[in-house]
Amino acid sequence: MSESKRSIESRLLRGAHRTLTGLSPAVESLLAAVVGLLIGAILMYIWGFNPWKAYIALFKGAYGGSYEIASSLARATPLILTALTFSICLRSGMFNIGAEGQLFMGATASILVAYMALPAPLGQIVGLILAAIAGAAWSLVPAFLKLTRGVSEVISTIMFNWIARWLVLYLAIFILGDPNRAEKTLSIPLAARFPVMVRGTDLSYTIFVSVAFALLIYFVLWHTTVGYEVRAAGLNPTAARYGGIRNKRTMFLSFILGGIAAGLAGATITMGQPPTYAIYGGAAMPQLTNVGFDGMAVAMVGRNHPIGIIIAAVFFGGLNAGGRVMQFYGSNPVPLELVRVVMGAIVLAMSIPELIRIFPSVKKQGQELVGLFRRLTRKPVKEEQA
Amino acid sequence: MSLNDILSLLRISLHAMVPLALTAVGEIIGETAGLFNIGLEGILLMSAFVAVLGAKAGGPAVGLLVGMGTGAFVGFLFSVINTYWKGTQMVTGIGINLFAMGFVAFGLIQLGAPGFHDVPKAAELAKLRTPMGAMSPLILVALVLPFIVFWFLKRTRAGLMLKAAGEAPEAADVAGININRIRLYATTFGGLLAGLGGAYMSVAWMGLVTKDLSAGRGFISLACVVFSGLNPLLALLAAFIFGLFQGLAEWVKTLPSKPIPAQFVSMLPYIITLLVVSGAIGRVRFPKSLGEPYKRE
Repeated sequence: MSESKRSIESRLLRGAHRTLTGLSPAVESLLAAVVGLLIGAILMYIWGFNPWKAYIALFKGAYGGSYEIASSLARATPLILTALTFSICLRSGMFNIGAEGQLFMGATASILVAYMALPAPLGQIVGLILAAIAGAAWSLVPAFLKLTRGVSEVISTIMFNWIARWLVLYLAIFILGDPNRAEKTLSIPLAARFPVMVRGTDLSYTIFVSVAFALLIYFVLWHTTVGYEVRAAGLNPTAARYGGIRNKRTMFLSFILGGIAAGLAGATITMGQPPTYAIYGGAAMPQLTNVGFDGMAVAMVGRNHPIGIIIAAVFFGGLNAGGRVMQFYGSNPVPLELVRVVMGAIVLAMSIPELIRIFPSVKKQGQELVGLFRRLTRKPVKEEQA
Repeated sequence: MSLNDILSLLRISLHAMVPLALTAVGEIIGETAGLFNIGLEGILLMSAFVAVLGAKAGGPAVGLLVGMGTGAFVGFLFSVINTYWKGTQMVTGIGINLFAMGFVAFGLIQLGAPGFHDVPKAAELAKLRTPMGAMSPLILVALVLPFIVFWFLKRTRAGLMLKAAGEAPEAADVAGININRIRLYATTFGGLLAGLGGAYMSVAWMGLVTKDLSAGRGFISLACVVFSGLNPLLALLAAFIFGLFQGLAEWVKTLPSKPIPAQFVSMLPYIITLLVVSGAIGRVRFPKSLGEPYKRE
């Protein structure tokens, strides 16, 4: 029975990483980004802002100078990793939306470094390893539930996100709490932090961790047998099994790799983002929240390809960094949350494979819908006659 | 545990059950017709927010209607993308969820305070006085609706047409059923029910909107749907079980002795969801062409 369940999910993912239009994937992503920005502009207009001014502030704030570019790259650092979590699993035909929870666990595990007095390179390495283990462990249970009980990973990973959230809140307050400051955990000690690359920004050397991991995933997926098996299982599980690929193994592997990526993303936040180098125990945990979800948007726009993801992460990191500038922009302060609206709209646009063909045919579709409504309003037709 | 405690626990549970039951029943209708909407979480959140705007403008009834309208609109958008435009359903759903998170947080800031907004007492739906205490009238709707939908899916021609659209779209198409249109109706109606659930949460139950008001309920109702195997009555049962554990969590939090840390109590509904779903799977069968856009050969 779990067999048919699995095929439902691979069916639902149809076209998520292939272009169905024959267009270049980059053009499709660009188109979706433009549509998303347009929808954001319309919303801003409705709420009484000047979209043009806001976007100018946003893009100036994102790419207007070396300081701005550095902060955009800093925002991109964890996004690359959480996007990889989503993409690796998508490539093997699964829909892992658990990056959020795995990131929480990774960030928490990296705090453990605070209890060890380790010299410079060792502290960073141990922190990353701890985070990777925690992230992978947190992704293993949904993988296990899927393989043994056939539980859809869509449900199990979301539940694990919420469990992780509460667990981390508990740990941050009661176990890892800073005895002197109740609102945060212990900070990562100075020797174990990743140094800041550009003075005055929060861009640190963690970006190399992200990029290196992305390149590693690229190598594994496209230049090794295991990676070939993962991709084959994602494209057509039945054919892959006839070809001698053990689907369960590829599934486990992609979940573990994804968990490692998300765990590392957590560590890049705690170990590489000034000024706190700690988790704030307050209810919202602002540094960690939503990085996992934003990663999905990055993955989609990056076409679930590691190189595409790096580019898309710089774009979305720019949106986030620029959004921070935009919300304080004089007469036209648009809240930062608009950025997530734009992200959602971009993902919506990405989900339409025939986006490019819609524009010419939108008139026809519109007429059809108008006709449908006219028929509905003229006389209350029962559904069976429709 | 005195009788009073049991009654208050039951009351909280029934209230917590409503959004899950409504959303799950709506999703069952959509999935029967072949569309898998994981944007429920976003629909709940957005309709909860928009319903408050409506309720402040014209009273609780308007709020509920506006919430339903919002849900129906998002459901309509989802189904247009995934029927006529052959979209990827998972990605559309994720897009809806992301959009909702941003939209509601953005809107809350516009209303004044970032993060939450209280619903004025006058805009809240009045609760019925019953022997069990104040109960929202929508509990009744949530208890009756699954039976109506069960009858609709099993016993009416339109219900069978929905099933045909989900199981064998080619055959249904040959029989003269317009697949895309019937899926459009189904998911729009599903969105409408989720919208009612969202509006209920803000206007009739909690009396406030926060940016994470939905708190995974959209996904818990997906779990209800999985548990039920597309049977609305079983979905109601599942919604009640999840509601019970949410009620239990709320109830434990109010205990003066604090036997368990609050964070662990808050985890409980999610853990139970996982346990129930992993216990239930195995006998569940979904429509054959669930998740597949229909293309005429």
